[in-house]
Formats: sequence, C-alpha cells, structure tokens
Amino acid sequence: MKYIPTIGIECHVQLATKTKLFSEVDNDARNKEPNSCVSPVDYALPGMLPRLNGEAIKFAILAGKAMNCKINNYSRFDRKHYFYPDSPKGYQITQFYHPIIGEGYVELPSGRRIRIEHAHLEGDAGKLTHFDNYSLVDLNRVDTPLIEIVSMPDIHSAKDAHDYCKELWRLMIFAGVSYGDLYNGNMRFDVNTSIAPEGSDQLGTRTEVKNLNSFRSVERAIEYEIARQTKVLESGEKVKQETRGWNDATGKTTAQRSKEEAKDYRYMPEPDLPPVNLTDESIKKEAEKLPLMPHDYREKFGDIIASDILEILLDYPELTKKINEVEQKYVKNISNLFTSVLLAEEKSAEYLNDLPSAKQLSDLAEMNEKKELSSTGTKEVFLKMFDPQMKGRDAKTIAKELGVIQENDLGALEQIVDTVLAKPETKKAQEDFRNGEEKVIGFLVGQVMKESHGKANPSAVQQILRQKLA
Amino acid sequence: MKTANKTVTAERLVRDALEKAKHFADYNIFTFINEEGALEKAREIDAKIARGEKVGRLAGVPYALKDNFLSPKGEATASAHILEGFTSPITATAVKKLEDEGAIMIGRTNMDAFAHGSSTESSYFGPTLNSHNKERVAGGSSGGSAVAVALDIVEFATGTDTGGSIRQPASFNGVYGLKPTYGTISRYGVVAMASSTDCIGFFTKTPDDMDLLMEIASGQDPKDLTTLPDYYNNNPGTESDDSCAKIGIIKDFDNESVHPGIRQALKNKVELLKSKGHEVVELEMPTLKYALAAYYIIVPAEIASNLSRYDGVRYGFRSEKSENLEALYKNTRSEGFMPENKRRIMIGNFVLSSGFYDAYFLKAAKARTLIVKEYEKAFRECDFILTPVSPNPAFKLGEKVNDPVAMYLEDLMSVSLNLAGVPGLAIPAGETKEGLPLGLQLVGPRRSDKSLIKFSKELA
Repeated sequence: MKYIPTIGIECHVQLATKTKLFSEVDNDARNKEPNSCVSPVDYALPGMLPRLNGEAIKFAILAGKAMNCKINNYSRFDRKHYFYPDSPKGYQITQFYHPIIGEGYVELPSGRRIRIEHAHLEGDAGKLTHFDNYSLVDLNRVDTPLIEIVSMPDIHSAKDAHDYCKELWRLMIFAGVSYGDLYNGNMRFDVNTSIAPEGSDQLGTRTEVKNLNSFRSVERAIEYEIARQTKVLESGEKVKQETRGWNDATGKTTAQRSKEEAKDYRYMPEPDLPPVNLTDESIKKEAEKLPLMPHDYREKFGDIIASDILEILLDYPELTKKINEVEQKYVKNISNLFTSVLLAEEKSAEYLNDLPSAKQLSDLAEMNEKKELSSTGTKEVFLKMFDPQMKGRDAKTIAKELGVIQENDLGALEQIVDTVLAKPETKKAQEDFRNGEEKVIGFLVGQVMKESHGKANPSAVQQILRQKLA
Repeated sequence: MKTANKTVTAERLVRDALEKAKHFADYNIFTFINEEGALEKAREIDAKIARGEKVGRLAGVPYALKDNFLSPKGEATASAHILEGFTSPITATAVKKLEDEGAIMIGRTNMDAFAHGSSTESSYFGPTLNSHNKERVAGGSSGGSAVAVALDIVEFATGTDTGGSIRQPASFNGVYGLKPTYGTISRYGVVAMASSTDCIGFFTKTPDDMDLLMEIASGQDPKDLTTLPDYYNNNPGTESDDSCAKIGIIKDFDNESVHPGIRQALKNKVELLKSKGHEVVELEMPTLKYALAAYYIIVPAEIASNLSRYDGVRYGFRSEKSENLEALYKNTRSEGFMPENKRRIMIGNFVLSSGFYDAYFLKAAKARTLIVKEYEKAFRECDFILTPVSPNPAFKLGEKVNDPVAMYLEDLMSVSLNLAGVPGLAIPAGETKEGLPLGLQLVGPRRSDKSLIKFSKELA
C-alpha cells in the first residue's frame, strides 16, 4: 500500500535582541562564562518580576511579517509549569492563549506554500550538562527571547520539510531577527510526522521528534520515521503517539515519552505582565522596516541569475544585499564572483562582514567585461579588495598595483609583436608556422606576453600575429 | 511621626525602639533585630543633622519590616523554613524609598509563612501574640507588624495584603492599616504570594502618618510593570471637609454571624457620620458572596505557581537526604513548606490542571470581573463604603488552626477588595467588653487612596 506522509513543524528561533526577554542583562552569551549573563529575574530570586523587552516585540512583528502573518493587536503571556533545573522559576513564560503572531504562510523556492498556524513569544530554558554522578546548570540562555513558529500539517515529504526549515531560517536572518547560528542552537525544530494510506481522509497517529538542529537532520529524521511507521503499519501494528529522540550518529529515532506520560503544564495567565496592546499604526510602522525577503530577490533576479546560483546567494543575506546594490548589468558577473571565488575562500565567513562597496565591485565587473582584466586578473583584484592594506581602493588602482591590466591598444600591441618577431630566437618558430605548424603560435603568443610583462590581451596578440605571419 | 532633630537624636529614637522590642520579646514579634545596622544608620543621620545637612522626611524614624520584604539586612525568609539562610542581594523598591527618606529598620517581623494565613500561627517561627491579650492571635498574615505598631515599639511597619493581611491584623490590634489600590506601591523585591492581588501597605497610629508614607512609597516602578502611573501625589483628596460625603453600608454584612461588638461599632460610626452631616445609604452587593470562593481559586493558583521557584537548587533550605533530582524536589518542598502552604499549592495545582481549568480558574476569573463591576456600580451610588474587616475580633490561639475553612471564613469581608483592586483602610473602632480591639474598613474606588485616608479622620 502507498502511504502519504503528513508533517507539521514547530520551530524555535532565538531572537538576537540586545537584552533578554524579561531582564536587562546581555542576551548574547556566545563565548561567555557559564552563568555570567544572568539577572536576579532570570535566576528567579524571590520577589523578582519580569519586565518585557520592547525590542523582542518589534522583532516578533518583523518575523511575523516575514512569514506573511497577521500580527495580533492583543496578545499576552502565560505560565507553563514544570520542575527542572533548567527552569529557575519553575515555569516558562510563554504565550499559550493569545499569541502575538497569527496565521500566515511561507513560500518555498518551489513555489509551494506552507501555512503558519501561529507563532508566539517565549523565554528559553537554561542548559544542563550531565556527568557521571552530577549535572551542571548554565542559566545564560534562560529567558533569551524565542519565537515558536507552528506550521499547519501542510508538508508531505522530507524534502519539503527540509526546504521549509531552510526557508524559515532565511526569512529570520533576512529579517535580521536572529543570528541563525544553527550550530549554537539559534534555531531548533520539532517535527510531527504521521502517515496514512493514499486516498484516506484521516490522518494517521503522529510521533514527535524533538530538538533537531539542522535541516539535514530534519530531513533524515522524517525519512526514518516514514520508513519506520510504514513498517509498523505493514506488520499490522499501530503507530504509538509518542515523543521520539533523534540520534544523528546512528540515523535513528528512539522512543522517549508516550502520550500517557505527557506532562500537565497547568497553564495560567502571567499575572506579572500586562497584556501587549498594539495599534494597527504601530504594527505598520514596525512592518515597514522589514527589508527585502528571499522571495522578493527571487522575483527581482530570477531572470538574471541562474537559480542554483541565486539559491546559494540567498543563504548569505550580506551577499544578496550587496548584489542588490550593484549596477544591474553587472549582477550576473558579481554573483559568479561571490559564489565561485569568495565562498571558496577559507576566510569567506570573515569576508562576508566586510564586503567591498557596490562601486568597487561594479568597476571591477566593468574592467572584466571590457577585457581590461582577464578572468584570472579579475579574481586576483577581487580577492585583493579584502586585503586590509588594499581596503577601500578602487578596482583600477588595485589592478595597476598588481600589474594585471591587459594591453588592448592594437597599435601598442603591434609594436611589441614587431619587437618579438625581430628577435632571432623567434625566427625558427615563424618559419615553422608559415609551414603550417599551427602549434607554435602558442609559443609566439607566450613570447609576446613575456615581452608585455603579462599585460597584453592574449587573444588580441594572436590575432595580430596571424595577420603578420599570413 | 517623631523624626530626629538636634535635641532628640536618631540614635535615641532607635535605642528606645530596640529596648521596647526587647521588652516585648515574649510576643514573638521579630524574626530578626537589626541592632547594629539600625544604630549605624542612626549615627549617620545624627551626623548629618549636626552638620546642618538636609535629612529626609522620615529621618531617624524606627520602623518594622515584614519578613517578606527583600533587604540585605537579616535573612529574608517570609517566615518560611524553605527560605532559611537566604540573604537578599536586592533591596525592595518600597524599602529603598523609605530608607532614602531616613527611616531606620529595627527588625523584620513575623508572619504566616509566605503570608498564607490569618493568624500568624502558620509561621515557621511560631505565632505572634495579640497586643491586647496574649492568649489571642495577632491576626495575619502581617501579625508581627501590626503588634509592633500597636505596642508602640515603632512608628510604623510595612505589610502586604493579598486578602486582608494588613487590614485584619490592624483591626485585631487597634491600629490603622492600609491596603492601597492594586499597583500603587511597587511589588519589586517583595516575596510574591498571589501576583494579581498582592498589595504593599502600612500600619500606622494615625491617618496623617499613613498619608506621608503613601506620598513616599507610592509611584510607578519600571521594575514592576503592574504599577499604576503616579497618581497619589497628583490628586489632592478631592472631597473637601465641608462637603457631605455619601457613605454606603452593605446590608448583607450585617447579620447574626457577625460578632455583636462589631455590629455595634458599625452602628456607632454610622451615627457619628450622620451627626457630622454625611449621608449614609444601604447597598445591595449580592455578587460579593462569591468573592471568597473566587479568591480561594485564583489566589491558590497564583500561589502554586509563584512557589514553584522554591526547589532547593539555588538558595534557601535544601533537604540533605536526597539521592536524585526528584527526591531533592520532593524532600525539600515537603520539609520546607508549612501545612498551609502545601494545602494552597495542592488546591492551586488542582484548579490549573488540564480539564479543570475552565471549570475552576476561568469561572473564578469571570466571577472576579463581576465583582469589579459590582464595586464600580456601588461607587456610582456612594463615595466610600464602610464595612467590618472580619466577622470576629481576635480569636484564641489554636482555635482555628485545625479548621482551615473556619480560618478562610475570617477573610469573608476582606478578600473582595483584593479581587477588585480597590483600596481599603482599616480603622480602629473601639473595643469589646473584654478589651479586644474592634476594627472597621473604609473602602473607596480605585485611586481614591488619598481622599480615603483623609476621610477616615471623620470617623476618629
């Protein structure tokens, strides 16, 4: 029997606000000592009260708009209770009853739309590290703002799930609301997967695989679940509703917690925080700050840049934004420089933060197209633009410094050719060529290039040589 | 209020207070005496006075701090075993405001643990005795603070009122006790009981002292998002003395279950008001009978939630015999909480459980909305309401300890104010034949605190 998978995804995005969701301490705990970014509020000292970070509300509006979502005028916070040392308050402050972000959709590169059910703001939990007979608690991450994005069950393949997660990631980094550093858990995915016989109008029993932190693991975990559930159904058994964990090394999911063991979170309105009331006007004002999104760029450059190159660029907002600044006639040229030269560099991550100006790049592309630079010369000049000593200089200055400008002036080239042809050591080659030995033209071009110190345009040189030796 | 000056030094005031505190030690009023800290601060103030520098409006005034206020002086335990050993690095906003004006904390006062109770018998440190009769309870939960003022140890004391915890002990001990409008004084740095009803307030000997403390302590605090924009000092008691006020009394509260002394006290005050030319009207407030039920659903739910942080992991008491995490939680909380704390945690978790939330919490929240509206309606018919604070004067120690429902019924007349967020001022109203203080409460609309305090002078 053929089974159709149905997949819904919950995605947690850490927001890159300056301070935490409910206190004024530093939200950026990268490379910081454990428990050094913790306020008495995060630490849940008695008598401490949460204070809402307005920047997180602004980021939520941008994130929501990036996903074509309705932003709710009224939202508020709730407490979700559970005991664990990663939760100092004994509850997480989240939005259970009235989320800030309402319905919307995300469009995949394929054009397929995945609907968003809602997205809400909440505080992250701390981090535990377990050892043989003790565990260490790091509260730096406590109450880092998160938005949890809940999709509708609109996804029907592991590939689409992968594309959806990746598109969400792009939306968040283009909107500028998250660092999008997957390795450090800036985005985490919980996937709900079920399968049902083709043509059935009912969904199968779903399993939830929690805490996936790469697009690849999302895809693999779903592939594994589809295969596992198919096997279960084909052997006449039933799929159990449960939470499963993913092991990246073994490529398998394993049962963690069944539905019966599910916790009762005893949700309650958060009495320490007043509701968030947003006027249409204030929502509009924030939403206007949303920069161009990946789908805008696809629309704009779809006919100019090959789609595989464009999709690579869309993984790097800095590159995409820069492409958007250069003269349109050079867009293709510079896109290729970015994807084939810059991204191949070891230091490319560093370079992204300090790209040459649009003017520098346009000048470079112009020189290349005018054949003043060979493709090798273009590449050399481009990479020199990242050299701290060359920074800010225009393409022509760098090219001159490197001595890679091609000589295109036919009169000047002719003189050089004449000089070379007058040299006794080239006589034999000239004779051989006239006798029909095609190959030696290469030697002669090489001699001219040498004489010009590499600045001659080789194709022009060849043309002149052929005329002279005809 | 007696403040320090060149002839009566702050040190003198503080030494007197410390001496009296020692003299009344058998009342079990204090959980900590701030002897050194208080004397040190007194000397600083005296030095300032000697140098002719400006000092605050409460310069050298000794006061008592309820044990649930955070301050680095002494252990802030909320009289609960589970906070034993906890010294706060934080100073509550209210404490800071008082101390910036020169007030000197001479000790932390006993209370029902986490303010759960109406008698101070639920304190980890044992009960505080009534100021007028040592066989009777002090009332609660702010029992220690009320007795400290009633015995004239201090000029004033802080309290918290979640369902009557200032007004009831004030009336049991014959002093003034104010529960302000919800959100008037910052809750930042005060151990939470129930966030949506907790109010910070004071015990004083006169309405004028109360007014001064409110001027100092009230105001919006960026650290407490539930505080109201400043209003207290911008609103100069609108009812002028020569105008007639309209006072409402609640018919339902005048019945057989109310102590005859309290009914008589209310009658006396009504006569007094009439004699002064004020109008007295009878109010029907039928929704108030649901207040106690709604209160004992909403408040335990918030309590269960607010007490979740006491887990033995980061501060306070930790049970030593735990071999794993779950045992650590269970043992610490089983040993660290008082029976009344546990009772409320269990009720709270029950009403929040999935499947019960709609039937209990949500229904109680709706009843609360009706109570808010009932008060709004009442205040369209009158300026203030005068009612008993509780049905009885101070009861005997141990009398209700094993009957939680009887204890909860003590809160019958006080809790609706907390649900509605309106202010209530407990005022002394005579004594029973046995010499037990009687108290009444004057209730006003939200943000009427200043005029409420001013009008209470009409009842003196």
